[in-house]
Amino acid sequence: MIESYLRQSALDHLGLAARAGDAPAGAAVIMAEKTLPAAVNLRGNKENPAFAAAVLEALGLQLPLEPNSVAAGDGLVLLWLGPDEWLALAHNAPPEAEAQLAAKLRAALGDLHAAVTEVGESLACIHLAGPRARDVIAKGCPLDLHPRAFGGVGHCAQSHLAKTGVLLHQVGPENNGAPAFDLYTRRSFSDYLWRWLEDAGREYGLVVVAP
Amino acid sequence: MTGRMRLPQGGLVKRDETLSFTFNGKSYKGLAGDSLAAALLANGVHLVGRSFKYHRPRGIVSAGAEEPNALLQVGDDPRTEPNLKATQVELVAGLKAAAQNAWPSVDFDVGAVNSLAARFLPSGFYYKTFMWPASAWKTYEHFIRRAAGLGRSPSRRDPDRYDKTFAHCDVLVVGAGPAGLAAALAAGRAGARVVLVEQDHLLGGALLSQPGTAIDGKPALDWVAAAEAELAALPEVRVLKRTVCHAAFDHNFFGLVESVTDHLPQPPEQLPRKRLWKLRAKQAVFCCGAIERPMVFADNDRPGVMTASAVRSYINRYAVRPGRRAVVFTNNDSGYGAALDMEAAGIEVAAVVDTRPVPAGPLSERAEALGLRILSDSAVIAVEGKKRVRRVRVAELDAEGKNWVGAPQVIDCDLVANSGGWNPTVHLFCQAKGRLRWDDVHGCFVPDKAMQWGQHVAGAANGAFGLGACLREGAAAGAGAAADCGFAEASSAAPQAENHDFLPGRWLWLIPGEQPLGRKAKHFVDQQNDVTAADLRLALREGYSSIEHVKRYTTTGMATDQGKMGNVNAIGIVAEALDRHLPDVGVTTFRPPYTPVTFGIFAGRDVDDLLDPVRRTPMHAWHERNGALFEDVGQWRRAWYYPREGEDMHAAVNREVKATRDSLGILDATTLGKIDIQGPDAATFLDRVYTNGWLKLGVGRCRYGLMLKEDGMVMDDGVTTRLGEQHYLMTTTSGNAAAVLAHLEDYLQTEWPDLRVYLTSVTEQFATMTLSGPNARSLLAEMTDADLSPGALPHMAFTPGKVAGVPARIFRISFTGELSYEINVPASFGMAVWQALMTAGERYGITPYGTEAMHVLRAEKGFIIVGQETDGSVTPLDLDMGWIVSKTKDFIGKRSLTRADMAKPDRKQLVGLLTSDPQVVLPEGAQLVEKVLPQPPMPMLGHVTSSYWSPNCGRSIALALVKGGLARKGETLYAPLADGRVIPCVVAESPVFFDPEGERLK
Repeated sequence: MIESYLRQSALDHLGLAARAGDAPAGAAVIMAEKTLPAAVNLRGNKENPAFAAAVLEALGLQLPLEPNSVAAGDGLVLLWLGPDEWLALAHNAPPEAEAQLAAKLRAALGDLHAAVTEVGESLACIHLAGPRARDVIAKGCPLDLHPRAFGGVGHCAQSHLAKTGVLLHQVGPENNGAPAFDLYTRRSFSDYLWRWLEDAGREYGLVVVAP
Repeated sequence: MTGRMRLPQGGLVKRDETLSFTFNGKSYKGLAGDSLAAALLANGVHLVGRSFKYHRPRGIVSAGAEEPNALLQVGDDPRTEPNLKATQVELVAGLKAAAQNAWPSVDFDVGAVNSLAARFLPSGFYYKTFMWPASAWKTYEHFIRRAAGLGRSPSRRDPDRYDKTFAHCDVLVVGAGPAGLAAALAAGRAGARVVLVEQDHLLGGALLSQPGTAIDGKPALDWVAAAEAELAALPEVRVLKRTVCHAAFDHNFFGLVESVTDHLPQPPEQLPRKRLWKLRAKQAVFCCGAIERPMVFADNDRPGVMTASAVRSYINRYAVRPGRRAVVFTNNDSGYGAALDMEAAGIEVAAVVDTRPVPAGPLSERAEALGLRILSDSAVIAVEGKKRVRRVRVAELDAEGKNWVGAPQVIDCDLVANSGGWNPTVHLFCQAKGRLRWDDVHGCFVPDKAMQWGQHVAGAANGAFGLGACLREGAAAGAGAAADCGFAEASSAAPQAENHDFLPGRWLWLIPGEQPLGRKAKHFVDQQNDVTAADLRLALREGYSSIEHVKRYTTTGMATDQGKMGNVNAIGIVAEALDRHLPDVGVTTFRPPYTPVTFGIFAGRDVDDLLDPVRRTPMHAWHERNGALFEDVGQWRRAWYYPREGEDMHAAVNREVKATRDSLGILDATTLGKIDIQGPDAATFLDRVYTNGWLKLGVGRCRYGLMLKEDGMVMDDGVTTRLGEQHYLMTTTSGNAAAVLAHLEDYLQTEWPDLRVYLTSVTEQFATMTLSGPNARSLLAEMTDADLSPGALPHMAFTPGKVAGVPARIFRISFTGELSYEINVPASFGMAVWQALMTAGERYGITPYGTEAMHVLRAEKGFIIVGQETDGSVTPLDLDMGWIVSKTKDFIGKRSLTRADMAKPDRKQLVGLLTSDPQVVLPEGAQLVEKVLPQPPMPMLGHVTSSYWSPNCGRSIALALVKGGLARKGETLYAPLADGRVIPCVVAESPVFFDPEGERLK
């Protein structure tokens, strides 16, 4: 058992909890810091059927092979990052979850040549949603976020946002709501990225909300 | 009343919304919907500036982006912007504008003496005058800059905010005139993602100034309104008004500038002033319209000489009379439109002077039917009136149009509306390298072939000048562009309209004056740059025959003008003088921006604290709370030193260095690059990238490694640990982490794809803190379950364990020469573990030390820092680190080390340096010489790379790169400083100044 109250997010110094309220109805864009994710970077050979089988066994998820696609399961997502690279990720997990996730994968992969690396601690996750969410991201990200190009919910992409590297995962809309994105960045950049997004979202009246 | 020249009715202005503004300090009133130029004309103000070179009085010429004269300074410092075209500035309440290039005023301008000296300001004047002597250029430049300045830049930083955004679409349509609207409708109806860009705040283009026209049997502006409403309802169509597409780059990448708040009297605080759109389109349709070409006649720059289409705009769109009694001077049918509109608005048309022997065309016929006085086969050969046209002289032309004949007649007037034909606005098409062809019938260059995929031109921009053709071409281009993006063509028919263009025309490039060209009167070709027909002829006489050379030599069509009005006239005059066919002379290069772009927009939000990321470690807030000063290491911000009350940097660093060696220091080392390496071939991989051997490193052991580039020069260093059988953790220097990972991936993916190795960056996964000093073990032992005994965890060994209850990796490695542990904990626990160590360490006087103390501590031990002792030209042998270079195996850079040059005895080598006076600290970067000469230059041996006061040695210490330094031990060298001091120093026997035996590591 590890004491989770000892953990501190990379945005702790911004005092977001005190600022965050409920999302007001009709907000053009809302932003929240998501809790520390548990995440494992996975490298391996997709051509080897044993590899995909081991992943399925460990995570209960089919290895996504289509570029920038995401397999989603119960509290766990598996994001395609490259032809031989994936990210398994869970939110709202206890601090031990990351090591457990890695151990499960390592056990299933056995002697296969693969790499399982815990990386969740290196990430910060910013949730951005609302009718103008795409406009805010477009100010710093050269990707085309239109559903026809990006693919909509269940798709992800690595790019840059302003001057930071970023992994975008579109998690909404559900039920015809507004688009919603989880933006992952290296934690040392998250203070910059948060302040940048707040500034970029100002003209739309961006509201900081509780996760 | 909003100006004595305002028409009692008509126009698209809002008569119930009066706006006050000032021009040159004087108050005026205009109407909402006015451009600044329209509001000035409504108040009878024609004279708005002085010309660039000759300081001639100048008036408003146009009603659009082509305006060469009405370039005004708008706004108060620091919210002031120069060179704004009054024709494009929307009038807002309280607007302040002023003329440029005139002192003390436009009415009386001292610089106008240039006009008298005109014959001393020929083309190429600067080249001819300021070439010699070369040394005087600095003096010349000062005066040229002051004289050449149009407008002033703000004296303080710009208080406004600017925005930048990326954007994507299927079809970009530039220009929302009839062709653009038809194109956007066609593409939008097909379902394509469309961006329609319009520089004006109203859609409609030329239709806004031609109220009589009809589309589909209804008033044209009704059709425009319906089109605007339909576009607004299409979910995938975005209409950007007040937006200029200023640049067309490769692969359908465009630059757009949107003016967001300039038209608002009190802009909301949260809005940016302007927005830069970086737009990637799949297809582009240029519907940029055409710009009316003025005629080149004597003194054609007098205030009151305007283009005929501008006159129509001011009357019809703005309800302004640009004059009371006008002469129309035209060589084609479209000029008659101005005559008809003036007649209808009650402006007296004294005469229509037509160069054509037989006036023809629908507008000419209507003018004739109205009984207007038409002087055919004639030209305006002189214009009188300095600050405003007073009268013109008109004469008949000879058969070739090169000379006038008979007796000139004098016609009093205060306005000359002239039309020399029309030029398609091909700027964007040509920026994208599109090819033009000459259209002999219309007398203009028209688009021939787009050189980039997916680019179309429609309407007047394509040489289709009739309204019916504009609509047809626009609809076809929009539908075609959408189809090329995979959207089936919608079956909507193109709207119908009459299809008259401005033919017939008689294209005369230069209208004869009363005197031979260049005498007395001036025939202006480019009013903005003050270039005359005589200047062009002079350039040709001096041997410039390429149009590109003529452009540079005379400056015609340069700068913000980009040849919008004068380019084709200039080419025509040059062609005539060279007796060549006009298209054989060719066109000059069109360059972005189409219209000037304010600098702030390129900065966007990359200013102040968003200029660059500041990377914070998990313990950053602790350092801040405890008074740390920070230094930048790449984008990282690292604690530099922690001054206590009353301490300067020197005192603080001394205390931190002492405390670490005497008891216990703690350093935030999170920024160290960390690369996780896994795979059966990991050891082989390391063996190839490091200079030393890695095959025999045991599990749980650490080793220092040096990495070279292919050229044999030191690239990076760090400690790598074998965590498991096939699992290693490499550390890199803080600033090099990304570059090293890229270097390693490059080799794995391109050179050694056979190696089964995966690399993953884990720099940020861990918070890293270093405990260093004789009490490091005592403290850590209290905090961990790991066995720290020297037998279990010797120097250069690793153990997992819990520290303060948190899973950790403990490495016993040292960069200080002290007993030292580097502890990695998951990043989110970094602050908690750090604080726990600080609390428990109180009894040992635990002292946080920053990067400066770290540098001193390592320098006392003679440890290098890559990037400080090395600069990309230093080999391991130069560093006297031959011990780490394997002779038995291969590694990156090895072959380069065998080059003869690498063994030269006079290579710069790293040595320790001790000043003769131990109290004196050498400045880093100081040059070293063997013999001091009275003054530089003197042969230099090298330079000081690191230099500190060492409290532990009780003296100054330094490291230096010195030619043949290893053979100079014991020699005295000198550091002559810029302040005149000369510091003698001795090359030390060893660069290890403290604990040379390494006793303290045990």
